[in-house]
Amino acid sequence: MKKHLKIWLGILLTVLAAVLTAWCLRGHTVSVLQPAGQIGHKERNLIAFTAGLSLVVVVPVLTMLGYFAWHYREDNKRAKYSPELEGNAIAETIWWLIPTVLLVVIGVITWRSSYALDPFKPLSSTKKALHVQVVALDWKWLFIYPGQNVASVNVAAVPVGMPVDFEITSDTVMSSFWAPQLGGQMYAMPGMSTHLNLMADKAGSYDGVAANISGKGFSGMRFTIKAVSDAAFNSWVNTTHHAPHSLDVASYAALSKPSKNNKPEFYGSVDSGLYDTIMTKYMMPTQTNIPHEHGTEPTGGTTP
Amino acid sequence: MIFANLLGRLNWHALPQDAITRGGAAMIVLVGVGAVVALTVTHKWKWLWKEWLTAQDPKKIGVMYIAVATLMLLRGAADALMMRAQQATSVGSSQGILDSYHFQQVFSAHGTIMIFFVAMGFMFGLINLVLPLQIGARDVAFPFLNSTSFWLFASGMGLVNLSLLLGEFSAAGWLAYPPLSELQYSPGVGVDYWIWALQIAGVGSLLSGVNFLVTILKMRAPGMTLMKMPMFAWSVLASMSLVAFAFPILTVTLTLLALDRTLGMHFFTAGMGGNAMMYVNLIWAWGHPEVYILVLPAFGIYSEIVATFSRKKLFGYASMVWAIWAIVLLSFTVWLHHFFTMGAGANVNAFFGITTGIIAIPTGVKIFNWLFTMYRGRIKFTTPMLWFMGFVVIFTIGGVAGVMMSVPAIDYQVHNSLFLVAHFHMMIVGGVVFGYLGGFTYWFPKIFGFRLNERLGRYAFWCWSIGFVLAFTPLYILGLMGATRRLDHYDASLGWQPLFIVAGIGALLVGAGIAFQILQLAVSIWQRDQRRDLTGDPWNGRTLEWSVPSPAPVYNFSTIPVVYERDPFWVVKRMGAPRQKHYEDILLPKNTGAGVWIAGFAFAVGFGMVWHIFWLAIIGLLGVVTSIIVRACDEDTEYVMTAAEVEKHENALARRRQTV
Repeated sequence: MKKHLKIWLGILLTVLAAVLTAWCLRGHTVSVLQPAGQIGHKERNLIAFTAGLSLVVVVPVLTMLGYFAWHYREDNKRAKYSPELEGNAIAETIWWLIPTVLLVVIGVITWRSSYALDPFKPLSSTKKALHVQVVALDWKWLFIYPGQNVASVNVAAVPVGMPVDFEITSDTVMSSFWAPQLGGQMYAMPGMSTHLNLMADKAGSYDGVAANISGKGFSGMRFTIKAVSDAAFNSWVNTTHHAPHSLDVASYAALSKPSKNNKPEFYGSVDSGLYDTIMTKYMMPTQTNIPHEHGTEPTGGTTP
Repeated sequence: MIFANLLGRLNWHALPQDAITRGGAAMIVLVGVGAVVALTVTHKWKWLWKEWLTAQDPKKIGVMYIAVATLMLLRGAADALMMRAQQATSVGSSQGILDSYHFQQVFSAHGTIMIFFVAMGFMFGLINLVLPLQIGARDVAFPFLNSTSFWLFASGMGLVNLSLLLGEFSAAGWLAYPPLSELQYSPGVGVDYWIWALQIAGVGSLLSGVNFLVTILKMRAPGMTLMKMPMFAWSVLASMSLVAFAFPILTVTLTLLALDRTLGMHFFTAGMGGNAMMYVNLIWAWGHPEVYILVLPAFGIYSEIVATFSRKKLFGYASMVWAIWAIVLLSFTVWLHHFFTMGAGANVNAFFGITTGIIAIPTGVKIFNWLFTMYRGRIKFTTPMLWFMGFVVIFTIGGVAGVMMSVPAIDYQVHNSLFLVAHFHMMIVGGVVFGYLGGFTYWFPKIFGFRLNERLGRYAFWCWSIGFVLAFTPLYILGLMGATRRLDHYDASLGWQPLFIVAGIGALLVGAGIAFQILQLAVSIWQRDQRRDLTGDPWNGRTLEWSVPSPAPVYNFSTIPVVYERDPFWVVKRMGAPRQKHYEDILLPKNTGAGVWIAGFAFAVGFGMVWHIFWLAIIGLLGVVTSIIVRACDEDTEYVMTAAEVEKHENALARRRQTV
C-alpha cells in the first residue's frame, strides 16, 4: 500500500509540474516551437519528427526498466531466476538492428535536411532576395542594406514573404547571429563571411540574440527583426534615409567602440564597400593588436 | 622598480576586490589555515607525508584523487548555485548578485572545474582503487608515474583555486574560444590561469592514461585473457586509449594559445593570418573524445553494479565489448557537431551529423544489455543499483535530445541555447556522475573496510535525481524559448523568470543531495564498527577484488589468483577452490616524495607563466628536470615484503574474521 502511495504521489507531482509549466508559459513565445518563418517551420517539424521517432526506443526502454525492476525484485520468488544466462544471439542481433534501422531513417533525414536547410542556400521565391549585411560589434549588431543604402543598429526591417540573405561577419570576437522564430543561427567571425538565408511568413516583431559569449556586454547584445509589408518596408527605408547620421569611416569607428545595451540607431546612408573593408582588414598584414577595453579591470595588472 | 620587475604582473591589485570573491578567497584561506593548524596541533605532518603524500599504493592515490575531486565538487556546486541565483534574480531592472564579468568567470570556472578536477579526478580515483584489484595485479605498471600524475593533477587544481586569491579566472567560457581568449580581448591573467592549470593537469592525465594502458595490457592475472576481463577493465582500457590519443591534442592546442598570449604569436588571433576556427576544431578534437573518456568508465561501473545486484552474469558480454570499441572509434569522427553553425557546407555537416547519430547505436545496445542483465535476475535495490536505474532514465531522455541535435538543421535552432546545456548536463551528470557515485558506494567497503549508510545514500540519490530533473527540464523549455547559455541578464517581458526560479530550486535540491552524501560519509565513519565488512565480499560480488579482505591489504593479493572464466570470484564461490597456503616474497614500491617535488616545480612554472615572473618559471622548469633526473638515478626504489611477513599479516586478518 505504501509503495502505491509513493507512485500516486509521483504521478500527482508530475501532473502538477506540467500544469505549473503551462501556467508559466502563458502569453509568452516558445520561439523555436512557434516559428514565423519558412525555415523555422521546417526546423520545428524536424524537431517534432525526431522527437516522436525516438519514442520508439524511449518507451520500451523505460517500460522494460520499470517492469524488470518490479518483477525481478529480490523478494519475488515466483519470478524466474537464471543466474547463468549470459546472452542470446537473436536478442542481441535485434537490438543491434533496431537502433541501426532508426539511425538509417535519421541519417537519411540528416542528409536531406542538411542540403534542404543549408543556411547558405538562397531561398527559392518569385521575389528577388533582400541582401542585408550583418556585423557583430561590441556589443551590438550593425545591419547594412547595400541595395537601399541605409543602415541600422539592433533592429532590422524585412518584408514579409521576401527571402533575405543575411551576410554575416564580425568586427570583434566570434559571435553567433540567432533569429529563433525565423529559423536558425550562424557564427559571425572576424575576417570571415557567412550566410543565413531566411524568410518571414507573417508580419511581426521577432527577437534575435547573440548566441555565443563575446565579453562583458554579451547579454545585452539583442536585436529585433521587424517583418512588415512591402509598402511598410519601403516607407521604413525612406524614413531611415532621413536619419541625420550617415555611416562613414569616422562614424563607424565611433560605433564600433564597445558599448552595452544599445538602443536602435539609424543611418541615412552608408559608405559603399564598408562591409568588405571591415571583413578584409583582418586579412591585411598591417593589422596591429590594439589593447582593448574588452577585458578586465586592472585586477590582473596591466597589459604589456 | 627591480622588485616590481621581479614580480612580473603581480601587485597588490591582484588581491580580491569584491565581496563575493573575498568570501570565496577567505573560505580557501580558512580551510587551508585550519588544516595546517590541525595537523600541527596533532603532530600529524610526518604521518601525512609518510602515509599519504608520498604514497605509491594506488589505493591511497585513489583516495587522494577522490578527496580532491570531492572538494572541487563543492567548489563547482557553489559556482552552479551562484549561476542559478544570478539567473533567477537578474531580470528587468534588477542586476542580480554578480556583474557580467564576474558571472562569466563563475561559469568558466564551473565548467573547467567540473570536467577537469571533479569528473577526471573521480574517474582516476576509482580506476586507481579498483583496476589493479580487478585484474588480479598487485600494483599499476609504473607506481611512481602514478603518484606524479596525481600530483600534477593536484597542482593544476591548486592553480585554478589560486585564481580566487590572486588575480582572476578566465571569463571566456570553459573552452576559451579565441579571439575572445586572446590577449587583445582578455588582457588579464584569467585565461593564463586556465591555460596553465589545464596544461599541468592534462600532462598528468596523459601519463595516467599510458600507465593504465600498460597495466591492463601487461599485468593481468594468469589466465585472464582480454575476453575474460571484467567489463570495468574493458571500459578503462578503452577510455585510456582515448586519453592517449586525445590529450596530446589538448597539450598542443593550449601551447599554441599560450604562445599567442605570451610571445605575441598569431596562431588563433583575429588578424595577422591567425585562424580561430582552427582552435575550435582542435579543442573539440580533444573535447569530444573527452566526453567518452569520462563516460566509458562509468559504463563499466554500471556493468559491474547491474550484474552484481541482479546476481546474474552480465548479458551480452561480447556485444558490450564491441559496443565500447565502436564508441571509441566513432568518438574521433564527430567533433564538428559542436559547431555546425560555423558555416561548413551541407556535405560536411551532414557527414558529421550522421556519424554523431551512429554513436547512439552502440550506446543503445549497451542499455538493452544492461536491462536484460536485470531480466531473470534477483535484483537487490541497494544505493548503487538506484544510481544505475536513475542513470538509465536520465541518460535515455538526454540521449534523445542528443540524437535530435545531431541533425544539423535542428542544431541551428538549439545550438548554444539552454537546450544544449540541459542535454549535456543530462549526459555528464546522469551518465558520468551517477556512475561514479554508484561506483564509490559499491567499492567503498573494499577500500575502507566498512559499508556506507544505505538510508542516507538513498536520500542523497532521491535529492540528486529529483533536483536534477527540476533543475534541467526548465532549461530545455527555456532553450526552446530562445534563451542562450551564459546570460547574466534578460528582459522581464520574455517570461523566463519562473522557469529559472524552478531551476534554482532544483539546484538547491541537488545541493541537499550533496549534503546528504557528506552526512552519509560522516555518519558511516561514526558507525564504522557496526558497518565493518569482515567477509571481504559485502555484496556477493563476482570479480577478483571481492576475493581479498576489506580493506584490501597493501599487496592486494597474498597469492596471485589464476583465472579460468569470467566473473572468476563468482565461479570460485560456486565451485569451491582449494585454499592457497603457500606465500611468496612480494616486491613493493617504496614511498617517494619525488612526485610531489615534480608537481611543485610544475606549479612554479605555471604560476610564473601566469604572472610573467619568468625567472620563477625557469627555476620551476629546471626543478622539474632535476627532480626527474635525481629520481631516475635512485636505484633503491623497492622493498621486499617477505613470505613470512605476508603470512603473518594474512593470519592476523583471518583471526580478526574469526573473532566476530
